[in-house]
Formats: sequence, C-alpha cells, structure tokens
Amino acid sequence: MGIGLAFIIVLGLILFAYIGTELLGLKGLFAVFFPYLALVIFLIGFIRRVVKWGKSPVPFRIPTTAGQQFSLPWIKYSKIDNPVTGWGVALRMFFEIAFFRSLFRNTKAEIMNGRLYVGSNKWLWIGALAFHYSFLIILIRHLRFFMAQTPNCISIIDSVDSFWQIGLPMLYMTDIIIAAAALYLLGRRIFNPQVKYISLPSDYFPLFLILGIVATGILMRYFSRVDITAIKELTLGLAYLKPTIPDGVGTLFYIHLFLVSVLFAYFPFSKLMHMGGVFLSPTRNLANNNRMERHVNPWDYPVKHRHYEEYENEFREKMKKAGIPVEKE
Amino acid sequence: MGLPRPDELISNVNLKKMPSKWWMDTLPVEFKPGYYCYGAKGKNLEYVGFPNARDFHVTDEDWKLPEDWKNIVLEGIKQRLERFRSFHVFMDICVRCGACADKCHFFIGTGDPKNMPVLRAELLRSVYRKYFTAGGKLFGRKGGSRELDINVLKELWYYFYQCTECRRCSLYCPYGIDTAEITIIARELLNLLGLNTDWISGPVANCYRTGNHLGIEPHTMKSTLEFMCNDIEEITGIKIDPPINKKGAEILFVTPSGDLFADPGIYNAMGYMMLFHEIGLDYTWSTFASEGGNFGFFTSLEMAKRLHTKIYEEAKRLKVKWILGGECGHMWRVWHQFHNTWYGPVDFLEEPVSPITGTKFENAKSNKIVHISEFTADLIRHGVLKFDKSRNDNLIVTFHDSCNPSRGMGLFEEPRYIIRNVCNHFYEMPDETIREQTFCCGGGSGLNAGEIMELRMRGGFPRANAVRYVHEKFGVNMLANICAIDRATLPPLMDYWVPGVRVSGVTELVANAMIMKGEKERTMNLRMEPLPGKEEQ
Repeated sequence: MGIGLAFIIVLGLILFAYIGTELLGLKGLFAVFFPYLALVIFLIGFIRRVVKWGKSPVPFRIPTTAGQQFSLPWIKYSKIDNPVTGWGVALRMFFEIAFFRSLFRNTKAEIMNGRLYVGSNKWLWIGALAFHYSFLIILIRHLRFFMAQTPNCISIIDSVDSFWQIGLPMLYMTDIIIAAAALYLLGRRIFNPQVKYISLPSDYFPLFLILGIVATGILMRYFSRVDITAIKELTLGLAYLKPTIPDGVGTLFYIHLFLVSVLFAYFPFSKLMHMGGVFLSPTRNLANNNRMERHVNPWDYPVKHRHYEEYENEFREKMKKAGIPVEKE
Repeated sequence: MGLPRPDELISNVNLKKMPSKWWMDTLPVEFKPGYYCYGAKGKNLEYVGFPNARDFHVTDEDWKLPEDWKNIVLEGIKQRLERFRSFHVFMDICVRCGACADKCHFFIGTGDPKNMPVLRAELLRSVYRKYFTAGGKLFGRKGGSRELDINVLKELWYYFYQCTECRRCSLYCPYGIDTAEITIIARELLNLLGLNTDWISGPVANCYRTGNHLGIEPHTMKSTLEFMCNDIEEITGIKIDPPINKKGAEILFVTPSGDLFADPGIYNAMGYMMLFHEIGLDYTWSTFASEGGNFGFFTSLEMAKRLHTKIYEEAKRLKVKWILGGECGHMWRVWHQFHNTWYGPVDFLEEPVSPITGTKFENAKSNKIVHISEFTADLIRHGVLKFDKSRNDNLIVTFHDSCNPSRGMGLFEEPRYIIRNVCNHFYEMPDETIREQTFCCGGGSGLNAGEIMELRMRGGFPRANAVRYVHEKFGVNMLANICAIDRATLPPLMDYWVPGVRVSGVTELVANAMIMKGEKERTMNLRMEPLPGKEEQ
C-alpha cells in the first residue's frame, strides 16, 4: 500500500527543489542550509536513536543458534553460527554485516499438488548485497568532492569501478548495479504478492528517493553535462565550512543534492536505521554460553514462588502414606 | 471435530494470493473455530495472582476488561521498551523485506498473511508507532500506525496465540528479529488483562500447586513410577526401585511431566530409569520439582521465573551436586537461556561431572544443568553401554529437531550420535527441514490444545510433509525427538498426514537396545510389542 503516495512525495520533492532553485533562485537554501540541516539532523537523530536503544538493557542472553552448540570435546561445534566466545560473536557479526549471512540462508516455500517444496532462493541476498555495496562504493567515490586532494585509495576505487570503460565519460559499474538493484527491490514490492501486501509507504519512499538520487546522478554524469569544477567548488566549500555558491551549477545538481539531504534527514526516523540496529540485535551479538557464564539482568527482581514447605504442608499426609520422605513428620 | 481430509485441508491454501483488502482494513477479526484456544478460567488465573481473573470467553462480545485497559497495555509497552533492547530494536528496524514470510509453518499451513512473521509483528508494531514514534503520530495509517482499540486488541490476541515461538523466522531475518521475543512480550501484555487461554493457564496453576503441569500429586507420581517399573520388570526381569525425594543423592533428575503421563512419553520415562539403573547412577526424582517444562513461559517471563525457581530450590534442599534434565523443548530454552540469569549464581551446586565417565561438562559449569542427550552421548562415547541394535531393527528412524533445543541452544549432534548407536536404520529429512532450519510440530508454546486441531494440522503440515518424504523414500516409520510436547503433538499429526509413522523419545530407543546386566532374554520392547524376530513367541 502507498506506492503512489510515496512516488508523488518524491516527485514533489524534486519539483520543490526545481522551483526553489530554478524559479525562485533560492540557491543558498538548497546548496547550504538544507545540506547542513540534514547533516545535523542525521547525526543527532542517529546518535539519539542508538543511545535510546542502548539505554534499554539486555536482560537475557537469547542468541538464535544456527549451528551445533559447544558441548562435548569430541563434537565439533559451529564457531561462527553458534559462538561461545567474544571472537566467535565478532566473526558472526562480521559475516552478518559484511555478507548478510542470514539472508544467504533464504529459501522459498511453495505448495504444489498438496505438497510443500522448500528450495534455495538467493535472489534477495544477491539484490541486497548488490544494492548495499554499490551504495557504499558510490558514497566513497563521492568523497573526492569533499577533499581538495583526492586520496589514493579513493582514486583506486574509482578506477576499479570504471575499468569497464565504454567511451567517455568513464562508465561506473556501480551506477548500473545500484539502479538495477534498486529497481529489483522495488519490483519485488510490486510483483511479489507477499511483499506487496506487507509494504508500507515508508518502504516505497526510500526506494523512490534513492532511485531519484541515482537518476539525477546518472543524468549529470552521462547525459546532461554539468560544470564539475563549479560543483566541486561548492562541495569543497561545504566540507571546509566555507560555503560558496559558484555560478554554473545546474538545477539538476540542486535536485540531486536536495534528495540526498532529504535522505539523510529522513534516515534516523525510518527503517533505514536497520544500519545501526543490526549491531544491537541480541539474537545475533551474544555468545551462546549462558550455561557457562551467567548473564546478569540489571532489572531482575524477586518473585513470589511456592516454597517446598507450603507444598509439603498441603501434601504431607499423602506423602507419608506413600512412603515419600518428608521434612516434618 | 470434523477435520477435512488431508488433501482437502491444504488445497485451498495459496501462498501467493493475498486478500484484496489491506491488512488494517480487515477488522474485526473472525474467530474461526479450530484456530483459537478456549479462554482461561478465572479460578486458574486467580490461583497464581494474574490480574483481571474471571472466566474469559473468547467469542463473547464483552471481554470484561478493566476500565483503563488501554492505558495498562500502553504502559506495559512503554515499560518493556525500556527493559528489553530486543523489543525496542525489533520494533524499529524491520524493513519488511519479506525474507521471513514463507518461513512460518502457520503461514504455510493457513495462507493467512497475518501469520507471516513480519505481519504478526506489524500488528503490534503499528500500535507502537502510533503511541511511541513521531512518524506514527504524524502520519497515522499512512505511517503504518493505528489506534489501539478493542478490535485491534482482539486481533493481537488471536494472532499471538497462533505463534509457537519456534524462532524459525529469526534464523532468516537479516537483523535477527525474533518473533518469539515479540510474541513473548505481546502475551505478557495480554496477560496484564487476564487474556490467557485455558490450555496454558490450567497447567500454570497446576504447576504452581503440585509442581507439575498435569497436577500429579506426590503419591500419584510415586505410584506412576512404580507402575512403570513393574512394566520394566516384566520386560527385562530387572526390578528397579525409583529413588524419590532422596536427600544426598548426587544428581537431581528433572523431566517434563508429560513423560509420566501419556504414551509415548511414558516409554521415555521408563528408558530414563533403565539407563540410570544400568549405570548405577546415584540420582533422585523430586515430586515437587516434577516438571521441567514451563507453561509460565507462555504467559510472562515473571510467571516462568516463579515456576522454575522450585527446581534449584529442590536441588538445594535435597543437597544434590548437580541437575540432569530430560528431553524437552521449551524447558531447555528456559534452562539454557533464562534460568541461570533468574536464579544464579548457582554456587550451592558443583560443576557437573559424569560420575561414570569422569567427563566434565564444561558447557554447563555455571548453571550446573546437563542435558540427558549430552549425558548419554558421553556414556556411549566411553563405551559404558552395551547395545543390541537389532532390537530396533523394525524401526526406520528419522529425527525431528525440536525448535527450542535447535534455535535456542544448538543441540544437533548429541541425539543423532545416540540414535546412530542404538538403531541400524536412520535417515535424515531434507536439509531445509532439520537442524537449525527445523519445522515446528505445530503445537509448541501452549498451542497443543485439542480445540485447535485444525490449526495444529495446518501448522504441522511442513513438518509432516518432510516426514512423508522420508516415509515414502526410505520407509521411515518412527519419528524420534527430544521434546515432550513433540511426543504429545506429533502422534496426531502423523496419524493425520503420514499414517504408519509413530513417535518416540530418543531415550526410549536407547533403553530398547541397551543390554542390561542380569536381564532376561528380551522378547518385548518398552511398548510391550514383540521385538523383531520374536513375533512368534
């Protein structure tokens, strides 16, 4: 539900940036104020949310165990999927965050002729991995706009990303991958009946927003040539806290920058916080060793329970008759 | 209960067809007979001091809730957000990717989209958003939020008692969102209003009073064990005198009371006693700690703690060194992940060491409780036990991993090692349906009530389907497991979906094959059926 709404909102944002810069000439607002505001909201919002989560304690050690436990010495245990040490947990988290290990397990269930078939299904894993990694690389590539001297490592990433050169300008693989992956993720929400049914406007909105960012970026790079020197002057100004608004920066760029600003500002209030949350997930980031090392619940409180004495008082005669030893004769 | 024929039951399930109405627009929820448990009786709620104790009838228009029930729930949510990082994070970070959707046995068996784990959680998440997030407050339905009203409450009740807390979804979730955790908390909230089921609250009250779910009083427990020992004597010629409430025994043995009561659990209980007798274990039963299971766990964590405390108390009173636990599913989730936190530090017991083999159970050095499968596997590994595997030759066995020991513990190899050592014919079900990916029996977390047989047959369908596969391929006729609820729920499930497959605990198989010192020539198994090759006698 809400795909139309989400689409219209993103269109509205684009229009808003277009009117604001092209027609009203409020370039300072879009080039300086919104980006800074967005960054501040992002940082404060992100930290506040994580601190809020962090303030809620972890009363119980509840890892979801995905492999053989550590028990008898001759039974090989699963060090990553069922860790008992801090290192094991670190590895489990690494594989979870870097390679989406849980999603890799994904299967698909289908009922045919009254029988259930469960098969491997890696598409979502591939799509998610492609999406997140191309996003990350693009983000890193963009750092060159915020540094007077492009560090070597970024240049290397740049040249690897564009090794697949077709004419000029150089074509980035990640541009194609992220567009394809985002369209795939959107397509699932439209064509997979289960995913369609659970989707909310807040699921479509970030996808459209990111597609808008990707589209404006691709347009600027490959189709409507923009004044890259002017843009870099602007972005460097932002980075070094000496904002300037050079001439020759096209509307397309302002739209791009505004959508990015919206994404940053929206981030802490949305499901995009899964980026921070995954680190705090108690089913993943705890060792499965509660029989070896006691986990303490900070808010534990004594509870009323039945004592043996009350039990024996109620059943003493019956116990004696049956020859069961009792405390009080 | 007129259940449709098996082929008819699933034929109308279409996992790809979703209702035309959006899920928030389908209220009020229709209470379908066969899908919901009967409401709790007032006397059972009152006995343990649950709030709003009264006879609760699910289909009544008026649920007789306290005046300020809405505030109670919202306050309850707030308190739990502050107490459980799991709950707080899980309410916030779901991206609705749908990876969990077709992992739930109840969704697969019913096709009801609200049984997709993501949507089950959204039922509560939508309320959370409305009252606890800016977006939910600002954007209402468009922000995925909704007011908590009586119809929403009824829907929460209906669907959070259609989750068996099996955690299969949490395995596949890229953020580890655990529906069991959400269900536990949702049920806590419902219990603040006295909205429990009869099938759960009855055993809870029993367990509080008599120490076990079935309400077995001490003298009855003794006679039950003695009755079993008579059978053992008839089968083996060996007389066993079960130690009960024996002070100073080395080990306290605790198992779910289901093993004392019904077929096939009782064969497992016989198996325990035969095993302990054979190795000369100095142990004792307790009539008060006569339940390892914990239906309190299906109401609130506080109630779970109230029921489980007696086990360590009994260990202390009887002055044992450590505790040995029988085969049970959720009992082991409680023991493995909760009990040590509730009761510890357990410094009045000793670090468990097998008195027979000398093996130190490193993995239980803090809570001092060892699983019977760990214990038995160690015995076998050390060659302590002698087996005549051919006594189990009429059995073609497969092993059902119970949800809780699988995804809340990781007990996979120990029972398999045991089965391979006592049975000649063992076949695994397909990989996607065993070990950490195992499918639920369909009746865990207090959903093994008779009145929801249709839901159980639907929820158990994925498990049964995998059993049917090995039944047809390898002729499997015995479904072994290490869970008392499995031993209660799987027999009707098999009778319905895969007739000809029976159900057994692992220790029963051990005791069948175990050659005991001084036994007579065995002609019968523990079920008093002729052993293979002894049919003529």
